[in-house]
Amino acid sequence: MKLVYFAWVRERIGRAEEEIDLPAQVQTVSDLLSYLQSRGEGYASALVRPEVIRVAIDREHARHEARISGASEIALFPPMTGG
Amino acid sequence: MPSSLAPTIRVQREDFDLAGEVAWLTGGRTDVGAVVTFSGLCRDEEGTLAALELEHYPGMAEGEIERIAEDALDRWPLTGMTVIHRFGRIRPGENIVLVVAASHHRHAAFEAASFLMDYLKTRAPFWKKEHPQDRAEGGWVEAKEADDEATARWRKG
Repeated sequence: MKLVYFAWVRERIGRAEEEIDLPAQVQTVSDLLSYLQSRGEGYASALVRPEVIRVAIDREHARHEARISGASEIALFPPMTGG
Repeated sequence: MPSSLAPTIRVQREDFDLAGEVAWLTGGRTDVGAVVTFSGLCRDEEGTLAALELEHYPGMAEGEIERIAEDALDRWPLTGMTVIHRFGRIRPGENIVLVVAASHHRHAAFEAASFLMDYLKTRAPFWKKEHPQDRAEGGWVEAKEADDEATARWRKG
């Protein structure tokens, strides 16, 4: 699965995107955030307050309860500040 | 009027020409009675900002603006709509975003432009980073609760 990161999530994790094989028990966005937190300091710092992280599954906004099976690209980013 | 009006949506690094965009929606037709434009500019009230860096999610940014635009077209009888959002380095005084809503009457055009901006601010994947004049590394602009509240008022009850 491809993960992409934006803004301070990208900066703290230290990369803009990566391919990752997820364990079978990672089924929802929420599971994914918990799993990523354990991958190192950068991830832990980016996801220290998982409730503020916004998520898109295949380029559409998704809630933390959403299931991720079948997704090809998941994006994690802070609340948006465009306009 | 065709019922399937296609909005013009562009996500681009370059600046835009407001007058040209309005002319595109009104040229050669006589049924447009109202055009509302909103331009969002990079502002620097304190005189300390060198530039804003606008980051976006290519692909999703266009798709999300498209969804917002379709929603606006469902809600109001518009004759035309244009949304342009810039990315990259933008200095104080320069344009960031343009919304143009055209309709037979002003009410729909005003409301649609306001709706589009409220949703763009809270749903379109763009992020602003400030580059201050006095140091190289800036900070990310924080999302405002007032923007979420402004978006929430459009939700159908």
